[in-house]
Amino acid sequence: MTLRVTDLKVYYKTLRGEVKALDGVTFELGDAEILGLAGESGCGKSTLGKALIRMDGRMRLRGGGVELDGERLPIDDDAAMNRYRYHRISLIPQYSMSALNPTRRIGRMIRELVESRGVRYADVEEELLRRLKLVGLDPDVLSRYPIELSGGMKQRTVMVISTLLNPSLLIADEVTSALDVSTQKAVAKALAGFRDRGFVKSMIFVTHDISLTYQIADTIMVMYAGKLVEKASASAIVSKPRHPYTQALINSLPEVGVRYTDRRLSGIPGAPPSLLKPPAGCRFRDRCPKAFARCAAEEPPVTEVASGHFVACWKG
Amino acid sequence: MLRLENVTKRYGVGAFGGRTFTAVRDVSFEVAPGEVVSLIGESGSGKSTIGKMILRLTPISEGRITLDGADIRGFARGRRKEYYRRVQGVFQDPFSCYNPIFKADRVLWMIKEEYFPRVPRAEWDERVESALRAVRLDPGAVLGRYPHQLSGGQLQRLLVARALLLDIRYLVADEITSMLDASTRIDVLNLLADLKTRGLGVLFITHDLALGNYIAAKTVVLRRGEVVEMGDTEKVFADPRHPYARHLLASVPQLHARWDGEQEERYGGCPVHEDAAAPEADGRAGPGRLVEVEPGHLVACTGPEGGCRVALARGGPAAAAAGGR
Ligand SMILES: Nc1ncnc2c1ncn2[C@@H]1O[C@H](COP(=O)(O)OP(=O)(O)OP(=O)(O)O)[C@@H](O)[C@H]1O
Ligand SMILES: Nc1ncnc2c1ncn2[C@@H]1O[C@H](COP(=O)(O)OP(=O)(O)O)[C@@H](O)[C@H]1O
Ligand code: SF4
Ligand SMILES: [Mg+2]
Ligand SMILES: [Mg+2]
Repeated sequence: MTLRVTDLKVYYKTLRGEVKALDGVTFELGDAEILGLAGESGCGKSTLGKALIRMDGRMRLRGGGVELDGERLPIDDDAAMNRYRYHRISLIPQYSMSALNPTRRIGRMIRELVESRGVRYADVEEELLRRLKLVGLDPDVLSRYPIELSGGMKQRTVMVISTLLNPSLLIADEVTSALDVSTQKAVAKALAGFRDRGFVKSMIFVTHDISLTYQIADTIMVMYAGKLVEKASASAIVSKPRHPYTQALINSLPEVGVRYTDRRLSGIPGAPPSLLKPPAGCRFRDRCPKAFARCAAEEPPVTEVASGHFVACWKG
Repeated sequence: MLRLENVTKRYGVGAFGGRTFTAVRDVSFEVAPGEVVSLIGESGSGKSTIGKMILRLTPISEGRITLDGADIRGFARGRRKEYYRRVQGVFQDPFSCYNPIFKADRVLWMIKEEYFPRVPRAEWDERVESALRAVRLDPGAVLGRYPHQLSGGQLQRLLVARALLLDIRYLVADEITSMLDASTRIDVLNLLADLKTRGLGVLFITHDLALGNYIAAKTVVLRRGEVVEMGDTEKVFADPRHPYARHLLASVPQLHARWDGEQEERYGGCPVHEDAAAPEADGRAGPGRLVEVEPGHLVACTGPEGGCRVALARGGPAAAAAGGR
């Protein structure tokens, strides 16, 4: 088991109170597993990613814990986490492509990064070149500035940098969402290839795009309003979703061929609840077509309805 | 009408801009009022550069862009606002065009100060509220927050709302839905489609073919700065002729169907891509030679002489497939 997350609660401190962005999430990630993480915007996906690597100043650990390779991670101790960051856990943040420092050549940036992590550049250079080549990048990118690279090139560069030290866990947050379909496919396949070659042991692949996740993930976890609502094998999520939210999410996907003028697709009516004061009971109930009295009164627990298939719904 | 006429963009690259790089080459198309045109292409193909030229954020190297017949270069200095009241953009990366030190309400208020100084406060607040509701944001939940306190999707929707507040005629939407989840994405698309029926012209820049197909009447496929195929959306999607357009369609991830392992590996040297690039390399086929393969459907000739795959494709899809190999 690479990662074990137990009843993790991470809140953001704000002037109006605490935003319960991650409110009791439990799951495991096996060796060599790619876990796709999906869910509506604001449901806590990036918060989960950040919590596992670096809590920002407003984040507070309010319960639960995380184990990596059997070792408890001091996720609320910024200094103690340094030992793990980049070496054992690596995160490719959302928008990382545009976060590359525009005034530094790529090569210099990598040198500074690895050296700041106590690694000699000369020791990794050969591997760096080998991996750049593997994802189709010319060593020439090292002498270029980020602005001179296309989105796909930047994204592949970031991927190679983040996994250079073979971390146990890679969290890739929306790394493909700004790319076109063919580049997306190439990047997604390259990520799966990194796992196959053991550059990373396992991976959390965060994306809104369930059809894309489905292509490379072994399991898919769906979150809603800071909670896990369903987790199962990728094929079970796509073909036999049990939670009403997962079902609605899958139904709102446009497929090539559907046109606005012929058939107007609809999103899920309503909006997720405020995480400042989340409602009692099931958080999806305002929008759920199957809601009944119990859903307002009691929160549905996460239950294993079939082997490896977890659902949090009274009707699931 | 927003019209691009033989537009070319060259960037200076390398130290002191010594070398130039052609990001957009001889591109012509138009967006009519009430029409959604989708601009599709891989990253780096020049989509955002086209958007930036339309929005006057970067100069045009050759050719021209006109708004209702007037060259947009004319909207300089004193006429800037006049242009931006009619044409606005929303971008791919919401963080880059957002000042991190302003809260959301301040960002929206700035629009009022700049463009609608005479609208009374109460009326403005109502407009803000309805624009936010239109993009399904809860005003109470976003107005008092700084950009970094919003999720990527929330921020993106806020920017669409910001553009909506200006009663614009043309919107350049650059990958605006790429950070949205499926459900919100459909709402934003439906919203654009509704605005279209009210006369808004939209240049919908996307890498997601399913979305482009869903709302756009016309489709322009761009590759390495050149148009490779364009025309009525149904025609382009039903019968893509250019090898690159075919390749794109084949890469769309589908639910229930995994990419099959047999398909060509992009980085291993994709035959389709290599193939399509060859004519440029040997210089025999000039760029931008669009051939009308059927009414309302233009395809770039991939040359070389005598072996033009598009010409072969006139025989039908089967011939095209054979010719494309
Ligand atoms: N620094 C912060 N301060 C206060 N609230 C925050 C902060 N960062 C995020 N939030 C809130 O926490 C919740 C979860 O945000 P998060 O970024 O994890 O969402 P996400 O699932 O990654 O969304 P997206 O798909 O849009 O990226 C949201 O309600 C968001 O507004
Ligand atoms: N300011 C710039 N200077 C030099 N090259 C640039 C600049 N902006 C973009 N480019 C290059 O122009 C090409 C097209 O970029 P862009 O329009 O952003 O593509 P897209 O939006 O289709 O991904 C890319 O190769 C990119 O690296
Ligand atoms: S618990 Fe009730 S409200 Fe929640 S998803 Fe299930 S049926 Fe719907
Ligand atoms: Mg996020
Ligand atoms: Mg772009």
